[in-house]
Amino acid sequence: MAYIVPRPELTFKEKAYLPSILNGLKITFGHFKKMMKGETKVTMQYPEETWDSELPEHYRGAPTLVKDEHDRERCVACQLCEFICPPRAITIKPMEIPADDKFAKVEKRPAEFEIDMIRCIYCGMCEEVCPEQAIFLRKDYAITGITRAEMVHDKAKLYELGGVFKGLVHKWNPEK
Amino acid sequence: MTTLAFFDSIPWEMILWAAGKSLFVIFGVVLPLVSYTVYAERRVSAAIQDRVGPNRTGFPTTLLGFKKDLQLFLGGLGQPIADAMKFILKEDFTPAGVKHFYFWLAPCLAMLPLVSLAFIPFGSSLFGEKMVIANVNVGVLGIFAVTGCSVYAIVLAGWASNSKYPFLGGIRSSSQMIAYELSMGLSIIPVLMLFGSMNLSDLVQYQADNGWLLLPLWGNGLSTERWLMLIPLTISFIIFMIAVFAETNRLPFDMPESETELVAGYHTEYGSMKFALFFLGEYAAMIVGSALMVVFFFGGWHIPLIPDGNGVGGLSFLHALPDWVWGIVNITAFFGKVAVILVFFIWVRWTLPRFRFDQLMKLGWLYLFEIALANIFLAAAVLAFTSN
Repeated sequence: MAYIVPRPELTFKEKAYLPSILNGLKITFGHFKKMMKGETKVTMQYPEETWDSELPEHYRGAPTLVKDEHDRERCVACQLCEFICPPRAITIKPMEIPADDKFAKVEKRPAEFEIDMIRCIYCGMCEEVCPEQAIFLRKDYAITGITRAEMVHDKAKLYELGGVFKGLVHKWNPEK
Repeated sequence: MTTLAFFDSIPWEMILWAAGKSLFVIFGVVLPLVSYTVYAERRVSAAIQDRVGPNRTGFPTTLLGFKKDLQLFLGGLGQPIADAMKFILKEDFTPAGVKHFYFWLAPCLAMLPLVSLAFIPFGSSLFGEKMVIANVNVGVLGIFAVTGCSVYAIVLAGWASNSKYPFLGGIRSSSQMIAYELSMGLSIIPVLMLFGSMNLSDLVQYQADNGWLLLPLWGNGLSTERWLMLIPLTISFIIFMIAVFAETNRLPFDMPESETELVAGYHTEYGSMKFALFFLGEYAAMIVGSALMVVFFFGGWHIPLIPDGNGVGGLSFLHALPDWVWGIVNITAFFGKVAVILVFFIWVRWTLPRFRFDQLMKLGWLYLFEIALANIFLAAAVLAFTSN
């Protein structure tokens, strides 16, 4: 059904147009003044200001490896993370721990452990699948590099980022 | 005439002064002013839209091996330099199928508004030399002639690009410029009627002695004639300002390049430095327009109570300083006034939405043109009434 759109009756002031322009100029100047006084809330000035202190508990940043309190590598090179990793960012080369080693009882550890941070999608599946709780997603998010090779985190880099994780592994914890 | 006599007959001093003044105005003032107007545009628009704007580009001292870029008081002041570097280093791409000669000619013509700066008195005098490049009696006509030519850049760019959007932009622009050129010229006539000459330096001198046209507070500016003339002059000023907005293709009249309809209008097919020339030309036209407004209505280089470069007028104790100081103060005052009007241009741009094309034409032909015409008769009536 057709209906007639009511056209508003403009007053002379509105028709003259100039007062409306002045009104508009007043509004934009208000914004300008607020900005100059620093009252406007603006975006975070990134490299100087960061969000680090307000990152939530569940934040998923760069995946890292951890050692336990005895300085033992928690990773036992079971390669579950390598198999579950959706973008196949993880490459593990396992090795047998020599018999004269302090931790010979653990039998295996990774000889090489590489995560290609160009491929990593920060999904956290590696953390979830790890039976030894050796791999954790930490809160580092600014992973940059100049070359592709630089973006591949090797074992040393992963342990450096990960640090030490103390306490019982959940699978041995009867409460969990 | 012997060679020597011919050599002597050349007015070397005048040529040197003219060259020096041209170099100073174009490279010392206007081009930096253009680039920093672009920067101001970005910062002011950001502030109006509750953003921060470009505040990081310092002077790239990191290239010289320093740890940080040099940030001067505001931050981002290196932005125009970075912009220019970007434009210069970009590939100068010419699309296939363009009309090469005109395609290259158009961006050159876009810088034409700079020529009209020759007629504008940008300062009183310095070391006894008048601070205007060409002190001619047809100053006003000269400026209108030159700015009238600037439409060619847009028309040629639109036509030579051999593409539909530039073509539409060029056509729109030519019709718009013709419509507003008329009211622009007519709106100035009351000023010329009051003053009776077209020499811009004399016009500014008159305003310095007898009160600015929109601020008649001293000299014969206190007469009934001048105060009654304020009515037609204010109308003149408003029409002239609107026409300048339209002539320089600024919002709310930026029809030729309305990006929502025409991609980028007449410069769609242009890139790198050729685009930059259009861009700079537009801002140069803005500066010329503001300079005209200052000269016609706001007393040019004059500030009340400050003497001019010849040591005339102003407060008496200020004459203790040498005259050239005041000459420089006058030049600064002129470009300061221009800068204020430029900021107003920017402010308006980020306030008003674009007109529809038919509204624009209607405003130009049906309102501004008629009002400007009637205004001439009003001014004539005021002058006739008060001269008795």
